[in-house]
Amino acid sequence: MDDMYRDYILDHYKNPRNSGELPGATNTYHDTNPLCGDEITMSLLIDGDNVKDVRFQGRGCAISQASASILTEEIKGKTLTEVRAIDRQHILENLGIPISPARIKCALLSLKTLKGAAWGLSEWPGDDKAAGTARANGE
Amino acid sequence: MAVTVRATGATSRLDVARIRADFPVLAQKVHGDKPVVYLDNAATSQKPRQVIDAMRDVFETHNANIHRGVYEFSERTTAEFEGAREKTARFINASDAREVVFVRNATEGVNLVAYTWGREHIKAGDRIVSTVLEHHSNFVPWQQLAKDVGAEIVMIDVDDEGRLRRDQYTAALATGRVKLVAITATSNGLGTVLPVKELVAEAKAAGASVLVDAAQAVPHQRVDVSDIGCDFLVFSGHKMLAPPGSGAVWAPAALLERMRPFLYGGDMIAKVTVAETTWNELPWKFEAGTSSYVDAIGLGAAIDYLEAVGMDQIHEHELFLTGYLLPRLADIAGVTIYGPKTLEDRVGVVSFNIEGIHPHDVATIFDSEGVCVRAGHHCNQLLMARLNVPATTRASFYLYNTTEECDRLVDAIGRAKKVFGV
Repeated sequence: MDDMYRDYILDHYKNPRNSGELPGATNTYHDTNPLCGDEITMSLLIDGDNVKDVRFQGRGCAISQASASILTEEIKGKTLTEVRAIDRQHILENLGIPISPARIKCALLSLKTLKGAAWGLSEWPGDDKAAGTARANGE
Repeated sequence: MAVTVRATGATSRLDVARIRADFPVLAQKVHGDKPVVYLDNAATSQKPRQVIDAMRDVFETHNANIHRGVYEFSERTTAEFEGAREKTARFINASDAREVVFVRNATEGVNLVAYTWGREHIKAGDRIVSTVLEHHSNFVPWQQLAKDVGAEIVMIDVDDEGRLRRDQYTAALATGRVKLVAITATSNGLGTVLPVKELVAEAKAAGASVLVDAAQAVPHQRVDVSDIGCDFLVFSGHKMLAPPGSGAVWAPAALLERMRPFLYGGDMIAKVTVAETTWNELPWKFEAGTSSYVDAIGLGAAIDYLEAVGMDQIHEHELFLTGYLLPRLADIAGVTIYGPKTLEDRVGVVSFNIEGIHPHDVATIFDSEGVCVRAGHHCNQLLMARLNVPATTRASFYLYNTTEECDRLVDAIGRAKKVFGV
């Protein structure tokens, strides 16, 4: 499991890139991971089909925060179409570490908030959140 | 809420090596060669061979549905199932085995009471007293009932050491509008033991009924329902060496007699016609469908095991371990401990955080060292909000844990701090 906390993961956790509020953000999406209490707010400045700027605010475990930091570095300047096409496999490859099933939600919270912002959602459609909550409450 | 821990004189009389030999899972190794250190007993306990064997024996030698067959297998299984009920009644000092209703777990027990007694007795404008220490299982059913009928939840806070604010409790009861107090005996998040007998007496004097969530109490110390004087008490078997799927609601027979059934179906009826159905006698009126009878038999075997070891000795051993661990944790820079700072009014649940490392990262690194702890909100989101933390790391003891395992936990904290450079 030491494989999980590689230097670059810890570096992104301790020194998150593109962290903070984004003045003039056009699209913002906030979500939490009820298991860990991770929180991420993803803000995009979209101009036409261009993601001109991105920042995130968050707190939580190293995996969730590093995942968000790495993702923001990658998407700045990309087209909205490209951003919308990012999938979970891509996120896991970005992280480049073995993620156990119990921690997968931590790793993917960044993607979920990015999708929410990129699609201009106000809340997540369907019962994804309810399913996550049910799994998290299993004591 | 950081605590300074004072040295304690607690000792243990348990022969832990002998106890551990009864738990096959404790001899397992994880991540290659690391002996497992199981410190998540507040979530669920491990099972001794005696419990596993009792359950296997049913399946291998006389399995049949209970209460129905007139052949030997069914009669033997029924006798063991009802024998487990008698053991359970004796274990919590109930005067009558009919007062023990088997359920799948404490959560189902609380829901049974909420859906039957609660829906009949709690009306618009009534108040239900709850506390920030409650597990979600003893809060959400009452919150939802209150919403449905127009009742009101009154929350009682804790002080900075996680002890109940008695002043708030007394003030809430003084309104004269409290119909129910639904309160935990022991906090699963902090290990605080509440003065349940006093709280019950105060509630009863104010005309309120009381449900006690004893899921974290019954496994760890002597619980006497006749002495506590509450109306309802619930607990789970899986936290006390028994399998998941076993648990009980206790209530006085006269009260259970007056309550409507919870679930309808087979085994809970006396006579069924197209127009009308009459109910079976206690406790079967509340046990619709085929019970988890093998699990209940496992609970009976678990109670035999706990009684043979001795509940007082188990309680003492867990306090001994808590007294061993607390000062060692308090000595580590950056570690914050939550909950009572002395061994009075607490059990072996130790919640803490390490500055700069999220509890889930802590637990993941602990796992790589073979140390199993819980990280998260422990189904205690109200308490986490009160402590102003998203989550904590929690170690919780049982009769088979050792001081060496406490040392492994302390070493794992060192490892986590090294990985994160804090």
